Amino acid sequence: MGLLSTGLGLSAQPVYPRLEAGPPGPARYKIDQLVFSRLGQLGIRPANICSDVVFIRRAYLDLTGTLPPERQVRAFLQDRDLDKRARLIDSLLEADQFADYWAMRWSDILRVKAEFPINLWPNAAQAYYTWIKQAIRDRLPYDQFARQLLTASGSNFTAPQVNFLRATQSKDPVGMAQAVALTFMGFRADAWPQDKWRQMARFFEPLSYKSTGQWKEQIVYFDPTKTVDPNRHFILPDGKDVFVPEGQDPRYAFADWLVVPENPWFAKNIVNRIWYWLMGRGIIHEPDDIRPDNPPSNQQLLAFLQEELVASGWDLRHIYSLIAKSQVYQLSCIPRDDRQEAAVNFAYYPIRRLDAEVLIDAICQITGTTESYSSMIPEPFTFVPQDHRSIALQDGSITSPFLEMFGRPPRDTGLESERNNRITAEQRLHLLNSSHIQRKLVQGPGIRSIMRSGPPGQVINRLYLTILSRFPTPDELQVIDTYVQSGLVNRQQAMQDLAWALVNSVEFLYRH
Amino acid sequence: MCDQMLRVDLAISRRQAIRCIVAGIGALTLGRARSLFGQARPAAKARAVIQIWMWGGPSHLDTFDPKPDAGYDYCGPFSHPIQTNVDGIIIGELLVNLAKQADKFSIIRSMTHGINAHETAAYVVQTGRPAGGRLVFPSVGAVVSFFKGYQAGYKGLIPPYVVLTEPQGRFSEAGFLGSRYKPFATGGDPAKTPFLVEGIVAEGISTERQRARRQLLSQLDRLAALLKGNPEIAEFEQAGQQAYELILGEGAKVFDLAEEPEALRQEYGMNTFGQSCLMARRLVERGVPYVTINYKGWDTHKQHFQAMRRMLPEMDKAMAALLKDLSERGLLDSTIVWWSGEFGRTPKIDWQPPWNGGRGHWGHVFSAVVAGGGFKGGRVVGASDEKGQHVKERPVYPADLIGSMYLLLGIDHNAALPNPFGLDVRVMGTEADGVKSAGILHEIM
Repeated sequence: MGLLSTGLGLSAQPVYPRLEAGPPGPARYKIDQLVFSRLGQLGIRPANICSDVVFIRRAYLDLTGTLPPERQVRAFLQDRDLDKRARLIDSLLEADQFADYWAMRWSDILRVKAEFPINLWPNAAQAYYTWIKQAIRDRLPYDQFARQLLTASGSNFTAPQVNFLRATQSKDPVGMAQAVALTFMGFRADAWPQDKWRQMARFFEPLSYKSTGQWKEQIVYFDPTKTVDPNRHFILPDGKDVFVPEGQDPRYAFADWLVVPENPWFAKNIVNRIWYWLMGRGIIHEPDDIRPDNPPSNQQLLAFLQEELVASGWDLRHIYSLIAKSQVYQLSCIPRDDRQEAAVNFAYYPIRRLDAEVLIDAICQITGTTESYSSMIPEPFTFVPQDHRSIALQDGSITSPFLEMFGRPPRDTGLESERNNRITAEQRLHLLNSSHIQRKLVQGPGIRSIMRSGPPGQVINRLYLTILSRFPTPDELQVIDTYVQSGLVNRQQAMQDLAWALVNSVEFLYRH
Repeated sequence: MCDQMLRVDLAISRRQAIRCIVAGIGALTLGRARSLFGQARPAAKARAVIQIWMWGGPSHLDTFDPKPDAGYDYCGPFSHPIQTNVDGIIIGELLVNLAKQADKFSIIRSMTHGINAHETAAYVVQTGRPAGGRLVFPSVGAVVSFFKGYQAGYKGLIPPYVVLTEPQGRFSEAGFLGSRYKPFATGGDPAKTPFLVEGIVAEGISTERQRARRQLLSQLDRLAALLKGNPEIAEFEQAGQQAYELILGEGAKVFDLAEEPEALRQEYGMNTFGQSCLMARRLVERGVPYVTINYKGWDTHKQHFQAMRRMLPEMDKAMAALLKDLSERGLLDSTIVWWSGEFGRTPKIDWQPPWNGGRGHWGHVFSAVVAGGGFKGGRVVGASDEKGQHVKERPVYPADLIGSMYLLLGIDHNAALPNPFGLDVRVMGTEADGVKSAGILHEIM
């Protein structure tokens, strides 16, 4: 293990004190060994380890989609315990917001949306979302999670898992097969030829729907008479043949093949996704484009994570924890090597614009304001109370102009790429100069109460802690002082302009 | 079989629909299905489109397809349609200004899709595609933005697809083309001074303070400076540059209607729709290829006639002023004006409470109006029956109108559109995609 240590050789590189704590230490965790040894082979220097202020912000945003509150930031920075980062990760994994945020990300993939084009209808979308969130909160083992989604039968209201196979645009067996392969195996529609899709579709062919007396209720059930091809042999995606006796729902045979440790894609797909979610780049990238000609950048790393998942009893939180506690995750965002291989092999933490929902929640949190959300079709099921956080919205049809502008996924296809976090001129215009954001900063109780809270120095400290989760540096204080002294605006306006500038900075808008 | 089945409005069974979709996929993989319009060649007469979206569905009988002989239960109080400046064309009696401009526009009286639900109809009218397939298609505005916007070398400060003032949401949008092709919705109200274009004009912040703030931001944005060279940061900086050209540069002036003569503003009408029409002219004058005016309030289930007396004069005045103004400036030849809602309204009036003289949704036949950009004026295409209930002659499906506009804009029907499934998708769908057609509008092109 000592040989894998990268600490000594790299001590010479400069450290940006606000952002970085120092070079990586000895690789204690397996993830660090696997990544650093790969970097060593390639002659790539990893970035430094990030500072505490960067870490707390990153961990909160990545794991819970939530900005750390000022009080927690202060406490964390004062904490002298050497193990405080691991403790913070443990507590964030148990937070309510963890379930909120990951229910949101799963709802993108599982296409939780009431209206066009998915058309689950409002109350079914709500039931589906509630089930997903509970599964995440209560740590439902991932194998059971998948098995239930694949094999459920019953009412779309009371057996919410059936909505997974209802949530396809085309609502035909091929569409279902493609949704299953994309979600649980990482295969896209163009990865396989049509006849292979048709073979897989046979597992879903006997699925039938009937309506009930209740509005938009639909019973999903196995109809043995619906099988078109009398051949009881089915071809699995790996080419193997499986016999399904007459009268038996072939979805079970499919689940028995997919949801097992030996399946070549099932565990791989999910650990690779979690890695992508936290690290901004998949070991196989894009994470939902698994193909023979798209190999992983670090096969051993991927294999290790799969073993860990199976050994943990399919506990996804264990994988989150392993990754977040590694030094690799805690590298700074300032690369020490510009080559593409550095990014591909995780030599630094890549900056990414905040998700639409996370960004507006963060702005609301800072300013003490709320947003309104609405659905195209207003119904009791789609009523959203004023203080509802955007990461906890249940239904993709409930939205706001801000979320649309900032690239919230439409939940049409279940592809990860639907979430668009690329910045546009329109978005910057909105953040810099819209009445929407301006009103929150100026009239919202959050910034106003900070401005009344004490002498100028304290106000500036609190604005920095609230917005950027850190204290200002002396040269930043100098810049602010010059601005205040310029006499162009009064003191209050100067503080508003400071809050405005911080909210529009890269440090606020990007995970880093 | 598919073909026959798809002609039956609203009666497609699930199983049949699935078969048809599967057949469609088959056709795509086996090679390109026969194009709807043969080898129609784009002409590129038009450079821009002003879409007047009659949100909610305007009554065809009370606007461009009057039926004075159908009786009181169909016409209500509007039984005296008026002559226009084109012999033989009559229009609704409240459209007095448009009557003087009829030589500039053509009326399509046989639009049809048979759908009576707002969302689905709005989708079909603005995409030319049936709803419910695997993909969500882009609206005309997004397609034009794709072919005429930044990717095609558009350099304007103003985004290439502008909505005045409120967006319709998902049904007028980029579909699978993605958020890059979504419209820029101005917000605010052009009839007020200043027109607070969301993001561009901020109330109560002087230009001087804008500049000072911008400098403060650049001094405090340390991480951006440290990460120079990172492509994300380069994009961030470039987007900021563009944003400030709109806030502090020439962009903001485009939205300043005070630059227009007061008399002209009056001619358009000092109301939101009137000033939106004037704004649309200013935008196309500066090269913006697609402007949608979302004109609300046409979903008149109740007390329809009171609403028409209030709204039609406003619409008439603004639209007539727009046609005249575009024409006088020589812009009409290169600008398509497209007036349509998602459907028409029930020809037979419901006099009972709670409707008290209301009209419901009607997708079997409705009217659209087109002018400029290569469309001839002074013509009528197709006809509805004597009570305006069904198409009598020359049906025009949404795809026919959209396909005609694309030809005039020089957009190739057969050009590929990138999509997340990597499917072979072209600008115009085919019969195999479930798209209905009765042919390009050659009679007015």
